Amino acid sequence: MASLTNALLYLDGVTVSFDGFRALNKLSFTIEPGEMRAIIGPNGAGKTTMMDVVTGKTRPDTGEVVFGGSHDLTTLDEAEIALLGIGRKFQKPTVFDSHTVFDNLELALKADRRVRTTLWWRETPDEHRRIDEILQTIRLTAVQDRLAGSLSHGQKQWLEIGMLLAQDPKLLLVDEPVAGMTDVETQQTAELLKEINREHTVVVVEHDMTFVRELGVKVTCLHEGSVLAEGTIDQVSENERVVEVYLGR
Amino acid sequence: MNDHFLIRSIDRTGAIFLIAVAAIAILVPFFNLAIPESSAFHMPTYLVALFGKYLCYAILALSIDLIWGYCGILSLGHGAFFALGGYAMGMYMMRQIGTRGVYADPILPDFMVFLNWKELPIAWYGFQHFAYAALMVVAVPGALAFVFGWFAFRSRVTGVYLSIITQALTYALMLGFFRNNFGFGGNNGLTDFKDILGINVQAETTRNALFAISCVALMLGFWVCRTVVTSKLGKVLIAIRDAESRTRFLGYRVESYKLFVFTLSACMAGIAGALYVPQVGIINPSEFAPGNSIEAVIWVAVGGRGTLAGAALGALVVNYAKTYFTSGILAPYWLFMLGSLFIGVTLLLPRGIVGTMHHWTALRRARISAAAEDGVAAPAPKHMPAE
Repeated sequence: MASLTNALLYLDGVTVSFDGFRALNKLSFTIEPGEMRAIIGPNGAGKTTMMDVVTGKTRPDTGEVVFGGSHDLTTLDEAEIALLGIGRKFQKPTVFDSHTVFDNLELALKADRRVRTTLWWRETPDEHRRIDEILQTIRLTAVQDRLAGSLSHGQKQWLEIGMLLAQDPKLLLVDEPVAGMTDVETQQTAELLKEINREHTVVVVEHDMTFVRELGVKVTCLHEGSVLAEGTIDQVSENERVVEVYLGR
Repeated sequence: MNDHFLIRSIDRTGAIFLIAVAAIAILVPFFNLAIPESSAFHMPTYLVALFGKYLCYAILALSIDLIWGYCGILSLGHGAFFALGGYAMGMYMMRQIGTRGVYADPILPDFMVFLNWKELPIAWYGFQHFAYAALMVVAVPGALAFVFGWFAFRSRVTGVYLSIITQALTYALMLGFFRNNFGFGGNNGLTDFKDILGINVQAETTRNALFAISCVALMLGFWVCRTVVTSKLGKVLIAIRDAESRTRFLGYRVESYKLFVFTLSACMAGIAGALYVPQVGIINPSEFAPGNSIEAVIWVAVGGRGTLAGAALGALVVNYAKTYFTSGILAPYWLFMLGSLFIGVTLLLPRGIVGTMHHWTALRRARISAAAEDGVAAPAPKHMPAE
């Protein structure tokens, strides 16, 4: 496919229905390379469904989803999309509980994912160094040998972000990274995401307005499966329609 | 620690297990062959065959633990792969009978003559050669598992649905093998074996040799499983068990991993069945019975899911108990005992025998390191060897 757009991620007219309910309704937006975007919206606005569509979990009924200008994501499955360079952090922290923190990162580390190479794989010093770096970034060096299942909620969120970093994706989709975090942790997470954004394109879905303000990036507000408003956080939060949607009509 | 790749995967439990099996491989034939029958230490030949049978069950249990304990695939149809391996070996031994059969047909086994068949069915071609039969022992269960797994895993059939389909698979095979025109001896199965590789299969020395070979197969199977589960692939399997969709979003092709381990496991089960048949002297369709496969899962649960050594131990313990209790006045109650054993283990010992032992060791270590971290000059616990 020829390059259609410069955008890293391009959604056009995406519609998804579940039993007649339109979770996404002709949703269109683009993400430029290197940008960080916050996506907000009330419950049921279609934020998570949008992520499901981009990562291959849900197939859209109609519409285009193009990654890197040439990859049609609607024809690929989860593993193929992950290998193209889209990483996803789930709303509920999902790490491998019975593996150590280190092993979690090792599994996520960018490498040949085929069965045979995985069977005979041995860790190189380079890879070990890379994992050590990530452990420092996510501040989990001290607990690297603990089982991930024994971590606190906030630590699990960070481990999952660390796993995304280890994958070294071109685009990170982060679903509610600060849900259930303390104020200090929330602030640290905002710093962490900004640091990650220096080398990666990031899309953050979040409810927490203080956190979104802290990020200080372009905001897209979804409502009933389409874009309601787009702009800085101040522009969006002054938009009458947005206020109406959030406060009820 | 030695880091040679042949033994890298063997931990302490594994070493104990391998040494124990090796010791049994030497001691049992020794007490049977070298100690005179008059001695109290003599081991009767029937016991050698009986324990040989348990060893085959232990290999089957290993193969189930590999997929269930490490990848979360609960197969309730693994008896099918075991039986297919057994049938392949049985077909070889049937063709070895030759003119010594009741009807003395040089080519056709007795049951075919009895059914008035004139020609050998194509499925039986080649089974006069041991090498071909040995290949089929692995290839037939492996191929079936590959095809079955390819469809099941690609369609993302998981959990209880997969378990039910595996039950259906073994049940369907049982019905097929029960039919005379299926060509594998109908409900009588294959029996009346004379020899294997030209040696009398009933002879005492053959029984001991088969016993020792079963031990070696168990050790090899254990080593292969350990190598798989301690590799990065093993970590991916555990990741799939714990969070399948997360693994997918990391870019791992979950269905390929499942297919690999399921096929490997089926091949192992086939080898177990092939060693089983010459030791018990018969293979018939009842080996496909769904209950057999479920029983094998209970062995693994009792011994400790996800411990490998525990699975083998569970197979030995439960089967010894079965032999013991079904031969006395308690015989009518065995199934009740098996059922209560399963419920009891699930409720009281969810980690199984070996799993519970590992858990205790881990707790003790955690307590010791916690005491050390407290900065108190904790007295060295008595059971720890001095540095």
